[in-house]
Amino acid sequence: MSHPLEQSLIELLGGLLLLTVFAMLSIRRIFSMIRIFVLQGLILSASTFIVGLVSGEKHLLFQAFITFFLKVVVLPFLLFRLVQRLRLRGDVEVVLNVPVTMVTGIFVVIFSYAVASPLSQMAMTVSRGLIGVGLATVLLSFLVILTRRKAVTQVLGLLSLENGLLFSATNATYGMPMIVELGVALDVLVGTLLFGVFFFQIRESFENLDLERLERTWED
Amino acid sequence: MDILLTLSIPLLCACLFAFWGDRPWVPRANAFATFLLFLSSLALAADVAKEHRVFALSGQLFSDPLNIIFIILTGLISTTTAIYSVGYIRFEEERGRFGAGRLRLYHSMFQMVVFSMLLGLLSNNLGLLWVALETATLSNAFLISIYRTPKSIEAAWKYFVLLGVGIAQAFFGLILLYFASERELGSGGNALLWTQLDFVKVHLNPMVLSLSFVFFFVGLGTKVGLVPLHGWLPDAHAEGPTPASAILSGLLLNVALYAILRIKVLADAAIKWPMAGDILLVFGFLTVVVAVFSLWKRNDVKRLFSYSSIEHMGIAAIGFGIGGEAATLAALLHLTFHSLTKSSLFFLVGTASQWCQTQKINEIRGLLVHSPFWGWALIVAGCAILGVPPFGLFASEFLLFKALVHANPWLAAVLMICLSVAFGVILKRVLEMVAGEKAPPGPVPVLSKAPVLIHLVLVAVLGIGIPSFIWNWYQGTAHYLWGSL
Repeated sequence: MSHPLEQSLIELLGGLLLLTVFAMLSIRRIFSMIRIFVLQGLILSASTFIVGLVSGEKHLLFQAFITFFLKVVVLPFLLFRLVQRLRLRGDVEVVLNVPVTMVTGIFVVIFSYAVASPLSQMAMTVSRGLIGVGLATVLLSFLVILTRRKAVTQVLGLLSLENGLLFSATNATYGMPMIVELGVALDVLVGTLLFGVFFFQIRESFENLDLERLERTWED
Repeated sequence: MDILLTLSIPLLCACLFAFWGDRPWVPRANAFATFLLFLSSLALAADVAKEHRVFALSGQLFSDPLNIIFIILTGLISTTTAIYSVGYIRFEEERGRFGAGRLRLYHSMFQMVVFSMLLGLLSNNLGLLWVALETATLSNAFLISIYRTPKSIEAAWKYFVLLGVGIAQAFFGLILLYFASERELGSGGNALLWTQLDFVKVHLNPMVLSLSFVFFFVGLGTKVGLVPLHGWLPDAHAEGPTPASAILSGLLLNVALYAILRIKVLADAAIKWPMAGDILLVFGFLTVVVAVFSLWKRNDVKRLFSYSSIEHMGIAAIGFGIGGEAATLAALLHLTFHSLTKSSLFFLVGTASQWCQTQKINEIRGLLVHSPFWGWALIVAGCAILGVPPFGLFASEFLLFKALVHANPWLAAVLMICLSVAFGVILKRVLEMVAGEKAPPGPVPVLSKAPVLIHLVLVAVLGIGIPSFIWNWYQGTAHYLWGSL
């Protein structure tokens, strides 16, 4: 490749992205988790921007801008305000303890690379080595959702899952067609507004955003 | 032209009802709008009969013999559900469970769900199909949580998170599909058009397509309610308003299975051995077995019938899994009849639980005394869902068994046992509800009889003697799906 500097930058950003998901798996405080999410958005938009520059695909630059606006400006603002209005603080309960989750996470990464390696050989993009990172981000975010019981952290897991998908799309095929990207962005925005409504409803009904409590209300 | 008309009716109504959804004329307007939608879907069917494939918006939307079946079904069932909803809403308003704000939200989201289902069915672009399914999830979550009870909020949350994760897996499948198709069709909007992919499906990379199908199957399978990712389905059915349950069981599950079918056609041609079919067969069986044994000891009537929906989705998945024209035909018929029967069942038990003010089966009694029409209709619908002749589900299950015995007699025996268990459990429960001396209070909504009657008569008539043009259409569709292989 004729862009050694850019390529190593993209790879560095991919590594950082993976680190942020691991941080999400281990961090216990809600505020820190949102900060990590902001960092993740920043990394994602930077890497999309660089891939866009190197490949010359204009719509990737546009997509990097949308990602920045949505994931670094709008969503964190909404989330921070929500957490403050709901006066959430303190630690997040985790189902599995952190070391076990971490080890599981490592296996997930190895698995993702195993699945993605044939894809990487076929791909023609600059950043084809990073398809595995994208898949690992998706699966690790799934793990975040599984191991957290608070509604806010589950939402952060979902949003990070979506970041992983965008990252995979950028690296495997230089992004999806425009109409799909726009639809996804719209759905994420509406979805987040929906979380907000839900949070207040859950708060009213349960005094607490802990979902484990809720599950005991089922009897049938 | 008809495609855009079909889509614009519900979208326009969703916007209008967001502002004026609490006016007294709105429930009727809602029913009228869905009726117009039904008419326009019939007009679209006439176009498809003439031209085979109809396109709109420079090929992004299309209609072909396969999706028109589901579009007409969506038009019909959303019309009857909207008629039923008139009486349902009035009853809930009298009990004080629906305020002005909730009415606006309810009517707007009802149309929004219908819109997103139609958009999903009509989209030729598989990416657009994904977006439509996600929109359906979001708008349906609003409907499920509309009563704001702790349980309904939890059900909506579960629905939202589980389906959010599921649909994300499907998006990874979409990325892989685009990855494979890009080298055949070039990058850009055309590489995800189903009709384009249909041309080049034999040349798509088999390894990438098999991975892609697995991701699609996990994601869309969650939406169909296939075991082991069916956990959201009973909660969502039991806690939401009854019209939402009818739409969810009768239509939304079909749309997700339809999406799997579209991907399967591509995957089958590319992979060259029946991997996709085998996956559907295995998970279809697992679903039927788990659902049937979960019917046991259910005491919530809507939950009981939502497990039955899971079971029927499993049966349809088995049908598509066996493959071949005969089994596909059986599965398509099965989906159609199941939609009609199950939504009428939800109308019936929804009103019964409004009378008794509970969804607990052991507290619902005396329906025959209260209203002979309602009691007998429940017995008839109960028999219809269990596949008693002469109703439609008997015909489709019979055809499916015939195909399954050819493919694998042992599996047919297992399926037979499962169906017998379901038969015993559901029939006992239904008879318990209609029997009893003391009639529950509450008026019999006259208007609500019509949708129940329409559905049951349709299922009976189609079961006794299916008109030849419908039969030819379904057979043509099954051939269209398999003939090109």
